[in-house]
Amino acid sequence: MAGITKSEFKNPLINWIDTRLPVFTMMQKEYGTFPTPKNFNYFWNFGALAMVNLMIMIITGIFLAMNYQPNTTLAFDSVQHIMRDVNYGWLLRYVHQNGASMFFIITYIHILRGMYYGSYKYPRELLWMIGVVILLIMMATAFMGYVLPWGQMSYWGATVITNLFSAFPIVGHPIVTWLWGGFSVDNPTLNRFFSLHYLLPFVLVGVVFLHVAALHITGSNNPLGIEVKGPQDTVPFHPYYTTKDSVGVCVYLMVFALLVFFWPNLLGDPNNFIPANPLQTPADIVPEWYFLPFYAILRSVPNKLGGVCMMFGSILVLFVLPWLDTSPVRSARFRPIFRQVIWLWVAAVVGLGVCGANKPEGIWVVLSRIFTLYYYFHFLVLLPVLGKLERPLPLPESISRPVIGGGPMPAGAAAKPMEKA
Amino acid sequence: MAEHSAAIAGHHGATEGITKRDFLQLIALSGAAIGSAAIGWTVVDSMNPSKDVLAVSAIDVDLTPITTGMGITVMWQGKPIFVRHRTAAEITSADDVKLAELIDPATDASRIKAGHDEWIVLIGICTHLGCIPLGNKPTDPRGDWGGWFCPCHGSQYDTSGRVRHGPAPLNLALPPYAFEGGTKIMIG
Amino acid sequence: MRAFKGVLAAALLSAVAMTTPVFAQDEAPTPPKQTWSFDGVFGGLDLAAAQRGFQVYSEVCSNCHSMTLLHYRDLAGIGLTDEQIKAVAAAVTVPLGVDDQGNPKTGPATPASQFRSPFANEQAARAAMNGALPPDLSLIVNAREGHADYVYAILTGFTAAPAAFKMSNGMNYDTYFPGHQIAMPQPLQDGQVTFADGSPNRIENEAHDVVTFLYWAANPEAVQRKQIGVRVVLFLIFMSGITYAVKRKVWADVH
Repeated sequence: MAGITKSEFKNPLINWIDTRLPVFTMMQKEYGTFPTPKNFNYFWNFGALAMVNLMIMIITGIFLAMNYQPNTTLAFDSVQHIMRDVNYGWLLRYVHQNGASMFFIITYIHILRGMYYGSYKYPRELLWMIGVVILLIMMATAFMGYVLPWGQMSYWGATVITNLFSAFPIVGHPIVTWLWGGFSVDNPTLNRFFSLHYLLPFVLVGVVFLHVAALHITGSNNPLGIEVKGPQDTVPFHPYYTTKDSVGVCVYLMVFALLVFFWPNLLGDPNNFIPANPLQTPADIVPEWYFLPFYAILRSVPNKLGGVCMMFGSILVLFVLPWLDTSPVRSARFRPIFRQVIWLWVAAVVGLGVCGANKPEGIWVVLSRIFTLYYYFHFLVLLPVLGKLERPLPLPESISRPVIGGGPMPAGAAAKPMEKA
Repeated sequence: MAEHSAAIAGHHGATEGITKRDFLQLIALSGAAIGSAAIGWTVVDSMNPSKDVLAVSAIDVDLTPITTGMGITVMWQGKPIFVRHRTAAEITSADDVKLAELIDPATDASRIKAGHDEWIVLIGICTHLGCIPLGNKPTDPRGDWGGWFCPCHGSQYDTSGRVRHGPAPLNLALPPYAFEGGTKIMIG
Repeated sequence: MRAFKGVLAAALLSAVAMTTPVFAQDEAPTPPKQTWSFDGVFGGLDLAAAQRGFQVYSEVCSNCHSMTLLHYRDLAGIGLTDEQIKAVAAAVTVPLGVDDQGNPKTGPATPASQFRSPFANEQAARAAMNGALPPDLSLIVNAREGHADYVYAILTGFTAAPAAFKMSNGMNYDTYFPGHQIAMPQPLQDGQVTFADGSPNRIENEAHDVVTFLYWAANPEAVQRKQIGVRVVLFLIFMSGITYAVKRKVWADVH
């Protein structure tokens, strides 16, 4: 039997399987002995948390789908049937509903970690871009999922957002009719959103696999932003990061549990407890909190097509971040100016979120325009320029020998050239 | 040098701390197992019949409109239930049987409620391959024993619902039911 | 760095606080906070109050408002026994499908029946109510910003319109209703419902009891949910401690 090398596991059953399909060898290599920088802080937990959250969403989603009816006359009541009559249906629903919010909390922090520590820089550009694809798929999934309960906000949010596509010249209206399957958001729309909402998470699993695969080629970044020099800089993923991740999982579950069991509707909109009514628009149409910054960007431009472009652009600009940032240094720890101004960008995003929650009038329009401009300024002006002008702090020799206090290196070490990032 | 001292420290820790660390790990893994079991049960239990299904798992049937010789079919838990008001002749023919002759021996008395032998309540599903036998409507064929006749493969049942001619192997099944007064039964 | 983190934290907190304005009702004051048996992390449910509230609903509100998401068997959740539920249901006449001629028939409800609706459909309701549709009350406490406090405020907030305020035809002035003009006439009066247990029945009491019932109707799982929640959070606090201890032990040789 050419090509087969016998595995060397003690357990005969595992060995038999692994010889023919080396899943256990793979697990041991990628999640067992995998050399991981030993200086991770807890911000490095969030990728694992996102994976756990995805699994929870898929499991709760599958069991919800056993009882949900994707028909406009039945959908709202089927969700209430789940809440009231299905054993632990309320738990499945609240976990799934709040799990979506948790997914975005975790992902946004995960993205912020990447931005702060320069994880998007060489050689991890593709890893970063796959991550942006994950974000886009998450947003599509969440958008369609919110339509399914067929409440007032489900219906009107879907109407507003699908109508956006009509902004595109010539093809706009045909595209919207095609999306709707009709002449307004109605049963065909709901049905196809259910089908796609069930599908996309599994596409997401595949893209996450690519994301982790890309990560395992380059290896992880670390808070110092300098590459691993040798085994003295790393520890095997198991047991060091399995144990550390388990702490993170417990804390994450605790936050999740507080939401699910005590404030399950805190992040939701009361209007979605009213069945969808195409003849009555709610006073304020507001998306879920995790879309608020993008909603604010959309509404900050008086022109419909302009708003759509600026909104999509705000995510597309993330794709090219690795090339916009010209700094030779990865981690913000050694970038004294960047490490402060990035918080201005974060404040702008939070500010946009607040604007998105308010009516687009008065001070909120002014603020959303200022924040939108700053958002783009950060990526298109600040990062390219700052990278060239900023004087970074001296980098340590290696992960195992970080400079204590972060002060200037002794004469000999200072001669080391800056790390090419 | 740093690695050497670290190795010693690790070794030190390994021999001393191994019991405490293993104990903590055991607690942690047990906790994870308990948590997973609780979550698993929640999810599995959600597939059990929901409260609205359980609410109609028992039904009341009013017997007053069913005249002698007449039979009706009601749905209970998704199955057809035959409720027939037997004539005196039908009751006699049900009693007058040698048990040894029966394919699935059972007395008529064991298939009715005491004091209510004019009522026979059966699950109307042929025990061969699951068709619904004919015999409730006056125009239906009732087979040679005056009970029910299954058109799919020719099984025949008597007035007590016992199989008398195959290919069915067993008598028509009995649903759980009880009388509530003389004119109403609760099935389930 | 720390200063900016502080700014960020403050921004996030104020962001959460400021996301409420868009939901705040225009031109109506914030309803005052009441005390409810279901308040708080350890909140329960005052079953007696909920039962009185069901009585208020049955005698007053159900003449105009449906509660289609509730079934009589659900009343076990506010402490009614099986016999009481059967009796409550049997006293109500509901549609029971069609008879053998194909005509719709009615009859006594069973525990499995949906709560009786006062009107067969939306059109019938609007026709009877001069064009206004009394909303279904199954989820009303969740469907309004301000929740239980808001519904209570509406019920107790009916008053004569201020002199300068122009009322439209057929509308009623309510202090807490957005726009102050509500199609519903004041539903509750002092002494309108007599409670078997002799509890006080002023408007405030009737409103408090019916809102307790309506909160339960919208969130029947609340008590169980919070009880499980306490156990889950305590378990997770314990697990966080244990996993952290394991982590420290494992990492002892690295630190």
